[in-house]
Amino acid sequence: MDIKTKALTKSLWVFHFASAPCNNCDIEILDALTPRFDLERFGILLVGSIRHADVMLVTGAVSPKGAVRLKRLYEQASKPCLVVAVGACACSMTMFRDSYNVAGPVDKIVPVHAYIPGCPPKPEAMIMGVVKLIKALKKG
Amino acid sequence: MAKTLFYFIVFPGFLFTALVGLLVSWIDRKVTARVQWRVGPPLLQPLYDFVKLLGKETIVPQAGAKLTFLLSPLFGLAAVTIVSTLLWLVMISPKVTFLGDLIVVIYLLAIPSICVIIGGFASGNPLASLGASREMKMVLAYELPFILAIFTPVIQAQGAIRLGDLLQYQWANSIFLNSWSGLIAFVVAIICMQAKLALVPFDIPEAETEIIAGPYIEYSGVPLALYKLTRWMMLFVVPMFLVIMFMGGIVFSGWHILWGILKYVLLLVIIILMRNTNPRLRIDQAIKFFWGPMTILAVVGVILAFLGL
Repeated sequence: MDIKTKALTKSLWVFHFASAPCNNCDIEILDALTPRFDLERFGILLVGSIRHADVMLVTGAVSPKGAVRLKRLYEQASKPCLVVAVGACACSMTMFRDSYNVAGPVDKIVPVHAYIPGCPPKPEAMIMGVVKLIKALKKG
Repeated sequence: MAKTLFYFIVFPGFLFTALVGLLVSWIDRKVTARVQWRVGPPLLQPLYDFVKLLGKETIVPQAGAKLTFLLSPLFGLAAVTIVSTLLWLVMISPKVTFLGDLIVVIYLLAIPSICVIIGGFASGNPLASLGASREMKMVLAYELPFILAIFTPVIQAQGAIRLGDLLQYQWANSIFLNSWSGLIAFVVAIICMQAKLALVPFDIPEAETEIIAGPYIEYSGVPLALYKLTRWMMLFVVPMFLVIMFMGGIVFSGWHILWGILKYVLLLVIIILMRNTNPRLRIDQAIKFFWGPMTILAVVGVILAFLGL
């Protein structure tokens, strides 16, 4: 593992993109960032600008309007930028599968590096997802 | 020539200041975490952040001015490095610097803010322009009381305008903090320092909950890393400047070194506690605060200094 990857795994800055979710996943993401779980121990910070981000968290079944923005945001991010789909809707769309106003799960629009299922996933599940993501990064 | 380069690049210039800046920013984050009842980041966290940012892609926005956008963080970094070199050389041997270095230091300390303004405007993003214009208002607001506060010791020392003379005056007599005018000027200078470092309650330019990251919004990769490093170095250099101006600096002999470091740590603790116990002000409130109470207080300090109190 080279020094670049090591530094990346130790300091993941998170950008939060909500594409038409029901806000349950977003609330759980905010829960995970509270002092109770203290993700700053692992160098994880919430940033407001996609240019600073290393991880893009996407929640919700992506709507046609949201899909354009999601793609553009991914292009604006400085690479390497990882995408994590949080929640059942972002992973597989579940009950919105045959709806007329969804553009597809996240991995049809941008490449996804980790899936965290659940409706909504617990903060512990999110931390576990991030740990798995870091392990995958370390393997290369 | 080689000696000068050593001063600028290794000690007490770039490398030393950068390393201490990394350490200090870790202390800041760690204490903040403890205040919020959590564990906080590991010791090497700022270094990881810095190395990671160096390894990321640098994007220049299409609407931006490329050269200005990329050069402004470099100028800010250079200015902080020169200030740190000057301050430490003065403390090690007070005779070494030139007449009027105090004025040069005040000018150089304004340059990082100006670089943030220029970089923000050069990035061609509306939120960055908004942040840069707020930063500009902040500079206009806090510079007046800051300079008044800095010149109170100069008046007390019968117009000595060299940092070395000011230090020797304090070593011969008592520190400037040990008088009413010095105390008032010190309080004003601490609050202006908080604004200079753009920390809560004066982090109005980058207010991440309203204008995301302000002037830094379009920065990524190496320029962002340089901006972060400049901020961390400022967190070391500006309190050090106040230690020299009001508290007699660091005397390099035996136990006095530890005592000098304690003076700096005291200022750092004040900064961190202020940052953790205050909400963010609005820009108009900040300007009213600096041009009203702070300037009046600073003028009172100057008058008291002329009266010899």
